[in-house]
Amino acid sequence: MTSKPLKAVGEEVWKTKIDKVNAELVALTYGSLVAQLCRDFENNYDRVNEQLDKMGYNIGLRLIEDFLARSGIGRCSSFKDTAEVISKVGFKMFLNVVPRVSNWSADGKTFSLYIDDNPLADFVELPPQSENLWYSNIYCGVLRGALEMTQMQVHAEFVSDVLQGHAATEIKVQLLQILKDEIPAAEE
Amino acid sequence: MTSIYNRSLHRRSGDVSLSLFALLFAETVAYSQKHVKGVNELEERLNSLGYSVGYRMSELVMLREGKNGVRSIEILELMRDVHQNLWKALYGRSAHSLEKSRSEEDEYMIIDNNPIELTFISVPKDISQLSCAAFTAGIVEAALDGAQFPARVTAHSSGTDQFPQRTIYLVKFEPQVVEREASK
Repeated sequence: MTSKPLKAVGEEVWKTKIDKVNAELVALTYGSLVAQLCRDFENNYDRVNEQLDKMGYNIGLRLIEDFLARSGIGRCSSFKDTAEVISKVGFKMFLNVVPRVSNWSADGKTFSLYIDDNPLADFVELPPQSENLWYSNIYCGVLRGALEMTQMQVHAEFVSDVLQGHAATEIKVQLLQILKDEIPAAEE
Repeated sequence: MTSIYNRSLHRRSGDVSLSLFALLFAETVAYSQKHVKGVNELEERLNSLGYSVGYRMSELVMLREGKNGVRSIEILELMRDVHQNLWKALYGRSAHSLEKSRSEEDEYMIIDNNPIELTFISVPKDISQLSCAAFTAGIVEAALDGAQFPARVTAHSSGTDQFPQRTIYLVKFEPQVVEREASK
């Protein structure tokens, strides 16, 4: 770990090492993709969630390289550290937001990320009868893919989403096991 | 309860990472590829994904022009608008050039030396005629349709040694657009 506070590391990486693009372009492109998935899967939202998770996983497998190369962050000493790095450096450098890390389980293996200002949800309103849709479920896949490349097998899932009228947008991340060095294959 | 409608559309969201966008787009192409037969259908699908981005974005750009927002009523004016303002809103810079076809009255070309959505895309040799920039072509098509200048827009790779991803967006207006312009 670096000695600098993580928040400052995240800020600096965002300011100096990131090529940027308009967040609205990304929000609209993502929206266009989710709408297409809903058509492809005939509004079977469980399958849409699953597909978004898979696509996120494939992105995570590649995104981690970008993260390591640009951030210079080394190995985390604990899962608590990992959570802080995900929020203050990972989310910061890719999305320019810093989710709150909270809701730790007693065994230190489960925490929640609270995303207050979700860039993917810009301009989004969900249609009626879409209660099962986790619109931003791609995040869960990205976390799973990126962490797997750093030998952490996790399960990530949405608990609530302001798009569904809930009070907060919360993703629960659970550490399942620390993996041995192996290279996973991309998912279909 | 607050909703998206309480938020001013004049408030611009900030930026996010280009790598993230490029990876999202690459994954979108990979997904789309499984649902189509052949290059044409894939380009069609990317075009339609872009279309739904384009008709929202072009409206937003016009709205943000506020009181200064004057609609373009001539083809060339509109094409300049797309080439500069729409491109800036989407990609943070203008496209690299705008040309009118010498042989065809109804054709224009927007040229981008380095389309950002292609950042992480390399097209396999066996489908080398594929241009994933069909996505941006769809955006442009929506913007032109929305401005009541219906057109068909296609993307063609025309890489050079210096700019391997160089892309030509070929705009072909519907006959009535050219007729209307001629009758002014």
